[in-house]
Amino acid sequence: MAAPTKETMINWYRQMVLIRRFEEKCAELYQQGKIGGFLHLYIGQEATGVGIAAALRQNDHAITAYRDHGIALAMGLDVNAVMAEMLGKRTGVSGGKGGSMHLASREKNFWGGHGIVGGHLPLAAGIALKAKYLEEDEVVVAMMGDGATNIGYFHESLNLSAVWGLPVLWLVENNGYGMGTAVDRASGQADLVKKGIGYGLEQDPGFSLSFNGMDVVEVHEAVSKGIEWISRNGRPLFMESRTYRFQGHSMGDPERYRTKDEVARYAEGDPIGVLRNRLIEKHKSVQATLDKIEVEVVDEIAKAVEFAESSPVPTYEDLVSYVYA
Amino acid sequence: MAEKNITIREALSAALREEMLRDERVFIMGEEVGVWGGTYAVTRGFLDEFGARRVRDTPISEMVIAGSAVGAAMAGLRPIAEIMTINFAFVAMDAIVNHMAKVRYMFNGQFKVPMVLRTTTGGGKQLGATHSHAPEVVFAHFPGMYVAVPGTAYDAKGMLKAAIRDDNPVMFVEHSTMLQRRSVVPDDPDFVLPIGKSDVKRQGKDVTIVTYQKGLEWSTQAADILAKDGIEAEIIDLRWLRPLDLEPVFESVKKTNRAVIVEESLPRYNVGAEVTAQIQDQVFDYLDAPVKRVSALDNPLPYASNIEMMALPDAQKVVAAVKEVL
Ligand SMILES: Cc1ncc(C[n+]2csc(CCOP(=O)(O)OP(=O)(O)O)c2C)c(N)n1
Ligand SMILES: [Mg+2]
Repeated sequence: MAAPTKETMINWYRQMVLIRRFEEKCAELYQQGKIGGFLHLYIGQEATGVGIAAALRQNDHAITAYRDHGIALAMGLDVNAVMAEMLGKRTGVSGGKGGSMHLASREKNFWGGHGIVGGHLPLAAGIALKAKYLEEDEVVVAMMGDGATNIGYFHESLNLSAVWGLPVLWLVENNGYGMGTAVDRASGQADLVKKGIGYGLEQDPGFSLSFNGMDVVEVHEAVSKGIEWISRNGRPLFMESRTYRFQGHSMGDPERYRTKDEVARYAEGDPIGVLRNRLIEKHKSVQATLDKIEVEVVDEIAKAVEFAESSPVPTYEDLVSYVYA
Repeated sequence: MAEKNITIREALSAALREEMLRDERVFIMGEEVGVWGGTYAVTRGFLDEFGARRVRDTPISEMVIAGSAVGAAMAGLRPIAEIMTINFAFVAMDAIVNHMAKVRYMFNGQFKVPMVLRTTTGGGKQLGATHSHAPEVVFAHFPGMYVAVPGTAYDAKGMLKAAIRDDNPVMFVEHSTMLQRRSVVPDDPDFVLPIGKSDVKRQGKDVTIVTYQKGLEWSTQAADILAKDGIEAEIIDLRWLRPLDLEPVFESVKKTNRAVIVEESLPRYNVGAEVTAQIQDQVFDYLDAPVKRVSALDNPLPYASNIEMMALPDAQKVVAAVKEVL
């Protein structure tokens, strides 16, 4: 596989910084009471979302759980419309009816943001069934948390995908915890990729099923290989991105289940820093470009907030629309 | 137009077959739908006719049967997913309520969910408490989906075809003890009934009986008994629990001034409760007696036949309720 070009990596850098600053702004807006409900930040995990989105081919699909801002932005959803959704405005991607956990864009092949742990996994199977049924070469990347691998939906969905030969890349973002429960306190098999064995999923496709999710280059390479393998073999795979979330599970998490030291240790491997160092090591001149991106992104987000704040709230007509087709 | 006297089973089968022939995107999935031919033989012969691509046997996995049908429907197919009996739909409750009925709304209309979730309901077969529910009303609680409860072969065919052609998710509930009931049904492949329309099944001037599915059978028997005493019952078959069409009920009550609601489900928070509330709200001044309800006993269903029958409604219980309001 060809190594990504400098331009490609700079673009990934931009996306990761965009997600990071976007979420930092969201945290602020949450504190101000402008964002309500649950807010689950992706900070620390950006490389996974950006790497996946970069690996998708034109007609591939992504679907995820409620920790969805990162993949949504990486899939190219409009920053303004995503921010407007956070603020519950009618210009939001889901018209202000979905909120932080329920971003989606049919147009961009991003099938949501889903708030029920595991509930989107069968949807992924169904979307993949469409591709198989119509003999279209499409792969669905179904992202989930480590905690989601313990719910019944996970079992039924992986099993069905194996029996039916569905083109799904089941991708667990192992960030160490499901809320406050560490993986080995919740999973009988804590080496998560091994969970695929029980469904007869391929364990040795010729590349590692588990990869370092803190390095976007590695994520991109692994997911690209996974997609290519699935497309070629017409069978699902189960892969693991080893990652870490730097913030609490959601806003207001007292984080009694882990130490500050642990978080600090992982923060040294911040995926944005990793990519930045990698770029600068190779191309000294790139530093100015990266700095400029930082400035541009802050500006882009300020504009998104402005757009969202000045957008109208939904109306009664919005409240009652799209219950039925 | 040609017509045939056929069973509900044959009507369902014909509806499925016609719609699969009409639209390549319509397919069937569920436990034992293929090689077995359907637990209730509704899809017998389908695997041979349509092949394994369109008649898909699934593992015993209700969550993913319902949930993957939602995904396939969102993506543009028109799945007919089968949950063997409604008792097992409880396992898939989240896929049904939180996903099937919500993804359109929550993403502001970006997705449509044109799917049918077929299942069978009903007690009276000595299957014990877990296998004898008639809980279709539970599913009718939720906006974002429809619930169909046909009681005749004519309705079964026309309503199932409507459900398959509609762009909304429909829970299509068939009664497992009524599959052999016969009626005259049009052959026309474009015979489709409207969604959410109740139907006056019998005209009468003395009392309005509001019912559906198995209740239709008990009510019809009761009306025959009452007729011998010169009492004319009007029977309104709801056919759909959602959308719920009560206009004909209000019209009827204006004429009869009395209403009895008959259903197989449990008595607390049931169809009767809803219909009664709406009757008093809309046509209170026309009522000459309190509205009465006939339903199952507020109790689990047992195995032993004699006590199972005690717990279920029957024609005599309907007759008794009617006599109370006269
Ligand atoms: C069916 C269900 N049960 C419980 C919850 C509450 N809940 C929300 S997130 C979460 C933890 C999930 O952890 P994981 O799958 O590892 O994802 P992460 O939050 O780490 O991204 C729980 C228990 C839920 N949303 N859905
Ligand atoms: Mg987790």
